[in-house]
Parts: sequence; structure tokens; C-alpha cells
Amino acid sequence: MNAGIAQLQMQFRDYTISLYQQGFLDDQFTELKKLQDDGSPDFVAEVLLLFFEDCVKLIGNMARALDKSTGTVDFSQVGASVHQLKGSSSSVGAKRVKGLCVTFKEYCEAQNYEGCVRCLQQVDIEYKTLKTKLQDMFNLEKQIVQAGGVVPQVDID
Amino acid sequence: MEVCNCIEPQWPADELLMKYQYISDFFIAIAYFSIPLELIYFVKKSAVFPYRWVLVQFGAFIVLCGATHLINLWTFTTHSRTVALVMTTAKVLTAVVSCATALMLVHIIPDLLSVKTREMFLKNKAAELDREMGLIRTQEETGRHVRMLTHEIRSTLDRHTILKTTLVELGRTLALEECALWMPTRTGLELQLSYTLRHQHPVEYTVPIQLPVINQVFGTSRAVKISPNSPVARLRPVSGKYMLGEVVAVRVPLLHLSNFQINDWPELTTKRYALMVLMLPSDSARQWHVHELELVEVVADQVAVALSHAAILEESMRARDLLMEQNVALDLARREAETAIRARNDFLAVMNHEMRTPMHAIIALSSLLQETELTPEQRLMVETILKSSNLLATLMNDVLDLSRLEDGSLQLELGTFNLHTLFREVLNLIKPIAVVKKLPITLNLAPDLPEFVVGDEKRLTQIILNIVGNAVKFSKQGSIYVTALVTKSGTRSPDFFVVPTGSHFYLRVKVKDSGAGINPQDIPKLFTKFAQTQSLATRSSGGSGLGLAISKRFVNLMEGNIWIESDGLGKGCMAIFDVKLGISEQSNESKQSGIPKVPATPQHANFTGLKVLVMDENGVSRMVTKGLLVHLGCEVTTVSSSEECLRVVSHEHKVVFMDICLPGVENYQISLRIHEKFTKQRHQRPLLVALTGNTDKSTKDKCMSFGLDGVLLKPVSLDNMRDVLSDLLEHRVLYEAM
Repeated sequence: MNAGIAQLQMQFRDYTISLYQQGFLDDQFTELKKLQDDGSPDFVAEVLLLFFEDCVKLIGNMARALDKSTGTVDFSQVGASVHQLKGSSSSVGAKRVKGLCVTFKEYCEAQNYEGCVRCLQQVDIEYKTLKTKLQDMFNLEKQIVQAGGVVPQVDID
Repeated sequence: MEVCNCIEPQWPADELLMKYQYISDFFIAIAYFSIPLELIYFVKKSAVFPYRWVLVQFGAFIVLCGATHLINLWTFTTHSRTVALVMTTAKVLTAVVSCATALMLVHIIPDLLSVKTREMFLKNKAAELDREMGLIRTQEETGRHVRMLTHEIRSTLDRHTILKTTLVELGRTLALEECALWMPTRTGLELQLSYTLRHQHPVEYTVPIQLPVINQVFGTSRAVKISPNSPVARLRPVSGKYMLGEVVAVRVPLLHLSNFQINDWPELTTKRYALMVLMLPSDSARQWHVHELELVEVVADQVAVALSHAAILEESMRARDLLMEQNVALDLARREAETAIRARNDFLAVMNHEMRTPMHAIIALSSLLQETELTPEQRLMVETILKSSNLLATLMNDVLDLSRLEDGSLQLELGTFNLHTLFREVLNLIKPIAVVKKLPITLNLAPDLPEFVVGDEKRLTQIILNIVGNAVKFSKQGSIYVTALVTKSGTRSPDFFVVPTGSHFYLRVKVKDSGAGINPQDIPKLFTKFAQTQSLATRSSGGSGLGLAISKRFVNLMEGNIWIESDGLGKGCMAIFDVKLGISEQSNESKQSGIPKVPATPQHANFTGLKVLVMDENGVSRMVTKGLLVHLGCEVTTVSSSEECLRVVSHEHKVVFMDICLPGVENYQISLRIHEKFTKQRHQRPLLVALTGNTDKSTKDKCMSFGLDGVLLKPVSLDNMRDVLSDLLEHRVLYEAM
């Protein structure tokens, strides 16, 4: 059993490190994990849940705002939603999403319709990818805990 | 009867004579009329003639004469009275004008003559100027040649090129037949023919330097004409030329580096010269002109300068090459040394580890073995094993320490410790042995000795242990006194000044024993490695002799000094050392100094129960900030809009964190409104901190101007938030935003 836990732990560690290295997560995520303690054991999961709900809502707003069939495109509205998304993503440490938001914002300010549409699609893909990856990570955590082990603390340099 | 004025001919009117007179008069008249016309024509052409009115006069005179002769034509035959009248008038007029002209010419002719003389004078002057100009042109040509020559000579720093170029250029400029340079040989007794322009010369053709002609030339800086037959000039093959061209020789000073001394310009007598010989072409009847000689002198000077530059360059190139070689050699040596050091360090590290592991095993297992049931012989054996292994372990440590000390890689580990306790512990360690040897040890600590000090506790222990240990080891009877005090005044060593600075002091420890003493001659050897004052008695006490050497090095590291005094063999000795220690702040009265920006001991402030309000429109970010503060123990209330914030904020909240992400002034308004709300109870107003995505100066200024107490950059890390909260609560304002 010990070997199994050790293997799971190593898997978890490697996976987490890869997420950082591939740019999905940054230091803010590490900070978030620090806030998880006995008082709030599911803190990270709750925050991420909220974040993903926010993503869905904001992306919906943006899609509606960029819908030409309802008349002229209101870039300021798009910009406001992008700003919100940028704030959220930087609070949880979703590095790629945040980066996309920065580009998205620039397109909004330049009132570049094609650019905005493209960015929206990318943001959609990106947050979904992140969601999947984080779900995998949480699953690994659950497996470790169920096996009786302790989730290792991963130090990113 | 006709009256006629003409002279009646002797003979009766001869028709032939009359005819001739008639014709002559006619031609005279024509001539007389044509001369003025010619004059007018040519004067008009010349336009320079100054006396026009004279000409008019002359013209009138001639015209009238002509008229007279013309009228004469009519008087040969019988003529009327009118003709006679006209004739008379004409003659009278002619007479008047002629007289006037005659009078005028008296004035004019001298002028005309003087004009002529002036003309002669100017012509002479012009010829003279022409000559002078020719001269100047030749001089300017020469000057140009000199400049060109100089330029050629000075454009290279190679000695041979310089000299060759000189000869070539001189030969060309002055159209010389031959040009040669004689250089002094190494011995200085002969001149060797080094360069010639045209003719090949035999190698090693020398003339002695003491020839009179050479001395003559060397004696003056001017170019000297010498005889074509002198030995230095006999370069051309004897070809029976009729008349050898004139020869001139000039000295070329050869300046050496040693000549250039600042206060001592080169003396003429110490110079070496080369000889330059120039020969005009034979059969040319050319002479050496003054300007040519001057040119030669100037060139000789320039050549001297160029040569000295070349010499200096050669010197510096040589020096540079030498330096480069040395550099390369030094580099190599350094690398070798480094390799050696590395090799040694590697060896030491490996050996250290390799040696210690078995050592530890031996010591540990021996100790364990001691605990078991053993026969007395076995026990003795095990004890010996243990003692020996301990000794060996100590030796290994010492050797490692020493080698590290020697290349300076050892660093003191500073920390705060209790000095008094240290002394007592050391003495406790030594006491067992001292008791066995019946040597009482007395410890005397000065009253002003600080209790808590900053220094390397372990090493100081080692030093004291070593010295006291030595004292015990080498004493067979008597007692040992250990004294520790703070020293201020000068010490034994004259070149070691003790300057107690504010937070440091010098600890002096004196260990006096009444043992065997030391021969004063042996004292210097004491601190050298592996040396021991050998006497069979002391031999048995063991020890590797490294102890004092290591102690000395540690003492030096602590910026101190160690020495031993002894009154001689059998009279005991005293070991004294000074080390620099820091005074710990804990030992003083705790004066909380004013503004610790970062307190020396970080305050892990307790935030439990601290009521905090978080305002953020973004749900996720709000949750994260709340999580952060909750983790630190605060009681967090969250709001999502400024209106809600205003409604909820109360005097219970100590800090309000507000997110100001959106640009625009509305968000800052909330700060003003909060200030308004608490104008009556200023002291109860919560601290306002902005959370924003950028902390550039404009944002900070804006925040300050709207009455915020601090600015934080999002996202905030846990440590950051902790520090910020402590800072805030301590100072009521955030000094730094990060």
C-alpha cells in the first residue's frame, strides 16, 4: 500500500508541476493553496467552483454583446466583462486565462470585432481546458486521501 | 603791271624750274596734310598718350604749313590780290602757331624724357621681381618637398622604412646621384654603411669613427660640405668621371629611451650619431645651394625624431610581449593552483566523509559495546578502542578545520549566547581531568563582562577548551587560574590596536598555569602546526600539536590576538588571547527605539477577532481576499458594492479593503464618504486600504488624495497581507505599499 501512495503522490507532484510549467497556473494558485487549512478545508475547490461559474456567466455576456444580430456591438460592455474575468482569473492564478483577457481587452479598446470574437473562442477553450486539468488534479488528491496518504506540498521554484 | 611778292627769278621765267617747284610744293602740302591724319589715327589707337592738346597744336602747325605750301602753288603764275591776301594770312597764322609750338616744346620735351626714364626703371624693377619670385617659388617647392618627406618619414614606425624612405625622397627632391647612411656599430667605434640609394654596397663596410672629417660633421648640427674623396664619400665605382659632384654630410642624432629623463634633457656629449652623406651628380656643375642645405638639416632632424619614435615603439612592443608572456605563465600557474586546490578540497571532502563514516560506526558501536556485559580485560580493550577512535576523530576534525581555515573558506557562525555560561561549561568539561591530576581551576569573571554576546559560540568554546586543556595537560602540580575581562587599553602586541566600538568589545582571557613552563626561545614555534616542544614527559600527554595552531587561526578570524608568556622552564606560563565579540541587544535595557520599519524580531501579530470589511465587485476575488484574511484569523464581512459598503461599515471594523480596479473616480468617492461618515468620531474610523492592479505613482497619489491609508497590489500573498496588517495596526498608516 505504501508504494501505491508514494506512486500516487509522485504522480500528483509531477502533474501539478507540469501545470505550472505549461503556464496554466501561477504563484497566485500557490497562495490560494496556502489559505486552505482546517478551518476551511475545501477553500480552493470552492473558489475554483465560483471562478468557473463566473467564467460561464461572463462568457455568455460577452457572446451576447458580440452578437451582431441584435444591432451594433457594444464594446464597452464587452470590455467590462473582460475586466471582470481578468480580475477573477488573476485572483485564482489562472495564468493563461488572464493572459488571454489582457489581449482581449486590447482588442475591445481597439474595437476590433474579429479579434474579439477570436479571443472569446480562445477564452472559452482555455477555461474549459483548465477546468478539466484541475478536475484531474483534484481526483488525484482524492485518491491519495482515500488511500490513507497525505497530499504532498508541491514547491514551485 | 602785276605786283608779285615772289622773288623775281634771275633768269626769265624758266618753265622747267617752275614746274619742279610746283610739284614739290604740292607733295609737301600733301605730306603736311597727311602727317596729322596719321598722328590722329595712331593716337586714337594708343589711347595712352598724355599730351593730346600738344598734338592738336602740332597738327595745326603742320596743317597751316601745308596750307601755306598749297597756296604757294597759285603764286607761281600771276595771281590776283585775293590770293596774295590769303597767302599772307596763312603765312602769318603759320608763323604764330609755329612760334607757340616752339615755345611749348621747351616745356614738354623734358617731361617726355622723364617718362622714358621711369619706364626704364620700372622695367628693371619688374625684372628684379621676376627673379625674386623665381627664388621664392624654388623655396616653396623645397618646403613642399620637406613636408612631403616628413610626412612620408613620419607615417611609418618601422625603422628601416623610415631610413629607406628618407634616402629615396631626398634623392628625388634634390636630384642626387647617391645618398648614403652610416650607422654606428654596437661598439661605437666604427660607422657601418647601412643604407644606400642606388649603388649596392658590400656588407660590413665600415670606417673608423674617429676620422677628422667625421668629427667635423658630428661637431655641428649644420650640413657640412666635405671632400668627395673622403672615405665616407667614396661609394661610387671609380669610373673616371671628369668632375665629381659636391658632397655634403650631416649628422643624424640617435636618441635612446634612456635619454628621455624629465629633469635631464639629453646632453650633447652622450649622444650617438649616424652620418648621412649626399652627393650631387657628377659632371653637372651643380652647387649646393643654401636652401638645399637647410632642407637637408631639417630632414635630418625629422629623421631623428621619427627614429626615436620607432625606438620607443619597439621598446613598448617588446615590453608588451614580455608582459603577455608573463601573463600567460601566471594564468597557467593560477589555473594549476586552482586545480590543485580543487583537487585537495575534493579529496578532503571525500576522505572526510569516507573517514568519518567508519569512525562514527566505530565510536558508536564501541560505546554500545561498553554498555553490555564485559569482562574486565574486554572492558579495558573497548575503552582503549573508544579513546583511540575519539582521538582519531578529533584529529580528523582538526585537520579538516585547519585546511578550511587556511584557504579562508571557514566562516564564523555568529549567534547570541551567554558568555558566563560558556566559561562555566568549559570548566565543567575540564574539571574531571583536573580533579584527577589534583589541579584546582579557578575562574574569575570580571564584573563588567557582558552576559549576552554575539559571536561564534562553538569556536570560542574550542579555543578556551584548547588553552585550558593545554594548561591542564602540561601541568603536573600547582593550580590553574582562568581570568576573563573586558580590555580597553593597548595590548602587548604593538601593532595591534584595540578600539572598542559601540556595539563591540574585546574579551581577554588569561590562563595561568604553574606547569613546566616554556623556554622563551620556543614560544614562536608554539603556534606552528604539528610542532611540539618535545620532552618525553609531555609526549605522553598526547595531542597532535594542531590545537594551538587552530586556536590561533580562530582567534585571528575573530579579529583578535593570542600569545603566551613564560618566565622560563619550570616557572609555568600564561596564555592570553583577545577576541572581538558583539554585544547583544538583549543584554541591555530594552529601549524600544522609535520607528522600526521592519522590527528586529518580526512581530507575529495576533489578528484573531480583528473585524475587517472587504469590498469587491468581483465574486472570485472577493472570496480569495476573504479566505486570506480568514486564514490570518480575522472576522471578515464582505460587500459587493460601494453603497452596501457605506451601509455596513461601522466603528467595529478596523480595516476596510476596497477593490479599485476600474479606472474612474467613483470608486474613490467611497473613501470620501467613509471619511464623512466618521468626521465626528475620527479615532473610530476604520483604516482604508485600496486593492488595485497597478501601483504606479498616479494611482498612489490618487489614493492618498482621496484619503486612503494605503495601497496594495493585487494579488496579495499571504505573507504580504500579514506584514501589511501588522504595519497598519502599528502605525495606522502603510509606509510602503508592497
